[in-house]
Amino acid sequence: MGLISVIRWGVKRSPWLLHFNTGACNGCDIEVLAAITPLYDPERYGVKLAPSPRHADIIVVTGLVTKKAAERLKRIYDQIPEPKVVVAVGACAISGGVFQGSYSHYSGVDRVIPVDVYIPGCPPRPDAILKGIIRAVEILEEKAKKMEELGVSSPSRVGESATTQTS
Amino acid sequence: MVTANSDEKYVVEIPVGPQHPALHEPISLRLKVEGEQVVDAHVVSGYNHRGIEWLAERKTFYQDIFLVARTCGICNAVHGAAYVQAVEDLMGIEVPPRAKYLRVLVMELERIHSHMLVLAVLAEVLGFDTLFMLMMRDRERVMYLKELVTGNRVHADFMFIGGVRRDLPSDKKDKILKHINYIEERMKHYEKIWAEDPIILKRTQGVGVASRSQALLHSLVGPVVRGSGVRSDIRLIDPYDAYDEIPFNVVTRDEGDTWARMMVRIGEIYESINMVKYVLEHLPSGPIIPWKTIKAAPRRFPIGEGIGRVEAPRGELLYHVVSDGKPKPYRVKIRTPSLLNIHNGVFMMLDQYIADIPAIFASFDPCISCMERVIVVDNKNNRVLRIPWRKLADREYVEKIFR
Repeated sequence: MGLISVIRWGVKRSPWLLHFNTGACNGCDIEVLAAITPLYDPERYGVKLAPSPRHADIIVVTGLVTKKAAERLKRIYDQIPEPKVVVAVGACAISGGVFQGSYSHYSGVDRVIPVDVYIPGCPPRPDAILKGIIRAVEILEEKAKKMEELGVSSPSRVGESATTQTS
Repeated sequence: MVTANSDEKYVVEIPVGPQHPALHEPISLRLKVEGEQVVDAHVVSGYNHRGIEWLAERKTFYQDIFLVARTCGICNAVHGAAYVQAVEDLMGIEVPPRAKYLRVLVMELERIHSHMLVLAVLAEVLGFDTLFMLMMRDRERVMYLKELVTGNRVHADFMFIGGVRRDLPSDKKDKILKHINYIEERMKHYEKIWAEDPIILKRTQGVGVASRSQALLHSLVGPVVRGSGVRSDIRLIDPYDAYDEIPFNVVTRDEGDTWARMMVRIGEIYESINMVKYVLEHLPSGPIIPWKTIKAAPRRFPIGEGIGRVEAPRGELLYHVVSDGKPKPYRVKIRTPSLLNIHNGVFMMLDQYIADIPAIFASFDPCISCMERVIVVDNKNNRVLRIPWRKLADREYVEKIFR
């Protein structure tokens, strides 16, 4: 039993979130913030905000990925240890939303890093964000299972993860 | 190895952000510290620039209502209100009284939830997580009220040129009053915590002080300048919508520190609650737009310009719309309060301790998405371009440099 088995056991009980705003209007951000507060209570699923990318399992990206924030997003994505799941929250994070056609952004998170869960809405309700996070936990567990089957003994170190970077 | 002499000074630069647990938005602070004290602070922005003014010139006047509201998610109704005010000024439209009162209702609900949010965020920054969770729980009631009135929790696009897009049925009045009374009750409890808790007082009193003259010199706006004892409020000095008929007080404090700014916000929440009650009591009857249906709104726009300015939760918000007679505006200029408070308020961080910087920064109520600007960098020649106003008005030239 390697370290990855322990991680597989751990992530489904307590996934830690990292929230990164890549150019959102704050609408999605306050709904993500609302989704981690007592009325919706995600701590019953063990969900908690992580202070650093190196502690995180799930990255919640809001916003349309401006050109300046895209480099930081890639760097943060690389710093998260495998297995990791990306959740794109809001219309802007999916396709650029109302800002489509502007000069300063990439119109969508999936142009920069691979995305696993899309949550539509402008902004999505906190219930929808919570549902998306629970789906992300399932994907996280699948990814950990796959890594165990492939015989990966430990999660990759910082900066070593194989990412598909297109921009 | 470096040996430290007592009279030698070591200045270290500490970057904070754009992803940082104390900041919820992408902004970078470059702090130069000497020991624990900040000697120089520099704000690096631009992570959130989306080109809204550029897009606004390429969409029609009516599409822009939905675009400009997405400048900021927290204060989206005031952005919509300022824009439609500017267009109404351009077209010379008189807004029906019922629509004026409904606009005030929505804008005051927004002020309550925005101020509760920043009070909660500052509590979290100070390490008072319980207060953060409790305030966010009660803030959900305001969000529910906003949904009840406008139809959506955050982006409702309630404002429309000439009026509002949705009427308020009379049976919702009791429900709103019930929740507003609950929020007032809870706010008394929170005010007691903010005014008496020894840890909050130690962390915020005397931290990040701006005197009255400094606040005026740096042209700060909103609760930040009112916390320094300046009675500056657009609702008072240039009343718009129904603010000339609704009684309210301008809350000011003289201390000028982080604590005073938060107490101003608590005072404003009470004022907003009273205004919501007054609006519900005195809501005039009548139409909500000057035309029979929303589809009858005029399609032609005169040549000219219009100004709209409102008191957003963070201070004065100004829109300038220029029309050249086409269906699309020639220019939409947005001047947001956060731009002034964040860039000009940096002087408050000097000579403070690093641990206090997040508290000072959060007390400005920073809204990064409002304040972003763009810098054009020429990579080939390694220089920053300076573009004169005349060139910016030239569409072809702008298309060329931005593509």
